[in-house]
Amino acid sequence: MAKNLVTITILSGLILAMVVATNLLGVRLFDRLAINLCISLVLVLGLQVFMGNSGILSFAHIGFMGIGAYTTAVLTIPIRMKGMSLPDLYPIVAGIELSPYVAILLGGLMAATVAAVVSYPLMRLSDAAAVITSFALLVVLHTVMNNWSEVTNGPRTIFGLPRATDLNLAAGAAILAVVTAVAFKESRTGLLLRSSRDDEVAAGAMGAHIPRLRWQAFILSALFAGIGGALWGHFITSFSPKAFFLKETFVILGMLVIGGANTVTGAVFGAIIVTVTFESLRALEAGINQAKIFSEQVIGLTEIVLALAMIAVLVLRPGGLFATYEIGTLLGRRTGKKEDG
Amino acid sequence: MIDVLSLGGAYALMALGLVIVYGILRLVNFAYGELIMVAGYTMYLTSGSGLPWLVMAAVAVLMAIVAGIATDYVAFRPVRAKSVTAVLITSFAFSTLLQNAALLFISPRPRNVPLPEIFSVTVQFAGVITPARNLITIAAAVVMLALFSWLMRRTVLGIAMRAAATNFTMARMLGVPANLIISSAFAISGLLAGVVSMLWIGRIGAVVPGIGLEPLLIAFIATVIGGMRSLQGAVLGGFLLAFMDTTLNFTLPQDLLKFRDAFTFSLVILILLWRPQGLIKGPASGQRT
Repeated sequence: MAKNLVTITILSGLILAMVVATNLLGVRLFDRLAINLCISLVLVLGLQVFMGNSGILSFAHIGFMGIGAYTTAVLTIPIRMKGMSLPDLYPIVAGIELSPYVAILLGGLMAATVAAVVSYPLMRLSDAAAVITSFALLVVLHTVMNNWSEVTNGPRTIFGLPRATDLNLAAGAAILAVVTAVAFKESRTGLLLRSSRDDEVAAGAMGAHIPRLRWQAFILSALFAGIGGALWGHFITSFSPKAFFLKETFVILGMLVIGGANTVTGAVFGAIIVTVTFESLRALEAGINQAKIFSEQVIGLTEIVLALAMIAVLVLRPGGLFATYEIGTLLGRRTGKKEDG
Repeated sequence: MIDVLSLGGAYALMALGLVIVYGILRLVNFAYGELIMVAGYTMYLTSGSGLPWLVMAAVAVLMAIVAGIATDYVAFRPVRAKSVTAVLITSFAFSTLLQNAALLFISPRPRNVPLPEIFSVTVQFAGVITPARNLITIAAAVVMLALFSWLMRRTVLGIAMRAAATNFTMARMLGVPANLIISSAFAISGLLAGVVSMLWIGRIGAVVPGIGLEPLLIAFIATVIGGMRSLQGAVLGGFLLAFMDTTLNFTLPQDLLKFRDAFTFSLVILILLWRPQGLIKGPASGQRT
């Protein structure tokens, strides 16, 4: 369909434009920002695939991001560094050293597999029960990551991942994510799932197998999250389980909610807006701290602004910036009207 | 045994504070843990004032109540009619807001909270030596539970609240003012959080911005075990969880003990799947507003 192509073109064009602009400017800071943004895009789109189409809030997403990151860490840390970085690693995997690109894919697949095994029964639940189980799942995943010293080095920081994520790779993944998310939304599964979001009883009565549909979306979503996590791991090169808990869940959720959970466009714009605001506030915070205006360090300002923005958006515009229509549809409509008149 | 009772009392109060809001609105208040944090920081801020400890504690509990009502006004009322997801997100956002406000305006480091002597002494009771704070916790839990059940059974407010929990639309039609009821539920939730805060901080002796997370998780598990909709269930769930925690602490081998939280939360998921109503079924569910 033409309008979907327009949506994909505009959104990918946006990402490409950013890559070109960053390359032209050549400032290291922007480079980091752009990579960060692309990784966030993959994660937010992953969450959108599940949350936007099924209408169920999921907290577990960041847990799958963690699985992806740790999988790739175990597979790619150079053998001679493993002794330091992961002293208790099982001997069978200790000798493995894969190319990061393969490992990133495997990280995504691992997250998807875990999601597939764990989540099927959970998909029967809706509303508050579904949210609580996803929250519980996040806590379970976090506890496991925090304590499975053999693989994750416990609560300590894991380090030594090769720095493989550059801007092109991240942007490529982000564009792929945009295309997949739009394709899934318009596919038969996506359509059925969206009908179940709008009216669960009616969709069920028409013969939609709601748990299976949600399950498929959840697996795809976990795949995105795993890949996003793996990319992030190769970007940041050292991390600890703390990186995959409530604070990050909150940021990703904030991006999706502000942009609009129901549309891919919303997810993309939400990620862009929040990342840019976040980084500038970070810089402001750092500036204040460096100038020593206050006696104590200023921390948490960014999160406060994000929280206020989320509440404001939900009160004033509950669907987010792009509540129902993708950008392609919106543009098509405007030009259509012009032709009429 | 006293350990179980005292831990259970604290857990039960936490769970009760969460379930009173859930019962009426069918919505989880993720900002509940932060009410505990608010009370803790009030204690810290008033500690320089030289007031007697009981006055400070009363002020702290009052602040928790105020924060509870504020949760309703900021996070729940504007979006209540729109969608479940929206409310859950706003309450999550409000919780982050409070936590980071504490980070920003006070400090990320733990702050000491003044405690009266009695919290740190040990006494001999029925042949066992135990910290006096355990006995205080038990006593506080008993008093609060008694007060609470009197409130719910004997006063107009309590009856109206129970009616609202059973069938909100019908209760409204019969002249129960919806906003007032919901706000009072939040106020009671704040009161319980305030009391819990005193007992909880009595164990730790300091307050940090993230202090609310653990009680929130505990309240979560306890309510799910006991029954999301039933007040008795919440209390029962609290005691059961305390019993489970204490037993696991003694019986699990050291390697597995680290994963205790993973076990309890898997249990939560399983319970929600097989017996979503929990051990004690609440009143028949009505429509959410």
